[in-house]
Amino acid sequence: MTNSNTGQVAAQPEGMQSIVADWSSDQRAFKNVSWGKAMMWIFLLSDTFIFSCFLLSYMTVRMSTTIPWPNSSEIFALSFGGEPIPLILIAIMTFILITSSGTMVLAVNYGYRKDRAKTAILLLITAAFGASFVGMQVFEWTKLIVEEGVRPWFNPFGAPQFGSTFFMITGFHGFHVSVGVIFLIIIARKVWRGDFDKGTRGFFTSRQGRYEIVETMGLYWHFVDLVWVFIFAFFYLW
Amino acid sequence: MAHAEAHAEGQQHPLGIYIQVWVLLFVLSTFSYLVDYFHFEGYLRWTLILLFMVLKAGLIIAVFMHMLWERLALVYAIALPTIALMVFVFLMTHEADNTLLSRGIYFLGLGGS
Repeated sequence: MTNSNTGQVAAQPEGMQSIVADWSSDQRAFKNVSWGKAMMWIFLLSDTFIFSCFLLSYMTVRMSTTIPWPNSSEIFALSFGGEPIPLILIAIMTFILITSSGTMVLAVNYGYRKDRAKTAILLLITAAFGASFVGMQVFEWTKLIVEEGVRPWFNPFGAPQFGSTFFMITGFHGFHVSVGVIFLIIIARKVWRGDFDKGTRGFFTSRQGRYEIVETMGLYWHFVDLVWVFIFAFFYLW
Repeated sequence: MAHAEAHAEGQQHPLGIYIQVWVLLFVLSTFSYLVDYFHFEGYLRWTLILLFMVLKAGLIIAVFMHMLWERLALVYAIALPTIALMVFVFLMTHEADNTLLSRGIYFLGLGGS
């Protein structure tokens, strides 16, 4: 590594010794990771704790209620003319998010190859998948609120906590996806203009961006997918 | 960490591994959906749901988020604090059991005096 932003040149120890060596003697702990990426990881860790608190409070109210919990398999069923298919919309949303994770990872790859057009297009495709995910969530919310009469304090299926935990957890996740879509579009625009090739300075930071921002963006996007994996397992499949 | 290409700028890896993981994620998602579709119940359901969940999460973190190729100092800095969550889960399951028991006794009049 001779990159000015990532420091260190000398050979470094591996394995358990590397942890001690990296963290000790008043030096930077994350050797080959820029501050931007390290801070994204630390933000994601804090976000993990927030989502965990939501899922844990959901677990606690669900385990302690004396009223039967609504059957999510039936509530989120959807019929396309015939018999209702259980959880089908949620399954489609899951596949959409995984697909968008795949296009994101390809965008990161082409970004480091400095393939401007492919990176920007893949970022935009990722954003489009994200937007369609949010759209389906809006559809799902509308169906529950308007047709079924689900409220945070009441629902016709069973335990009233179902509504509050559902809106809180999926709402917070949907908010993350929406923010992700906005940032994907912003970065796609920067890539398309060639900001990272020409060294254009950022509007807010006044610093020159690098293609690494695509990877940092990717970390956030994969995290959103990751959270959905847990929501899908605990909220919809339980 | 021995991955040669990780020492170029940022994380650069062959596309093949991404495509493989991508396909695997699709397959695992289908499996976890089928758990619900075929109405598996009880411990079988729980084992399958958690297994597919952990596999998917692991693949996303390891390959898509490149944790497989990061230095251990970063991996542990992110992974170790989540152990606190496991303790939290343990505490809250007991708390929930306790609440359910009290509700059974005082609200529903099951058992107790």
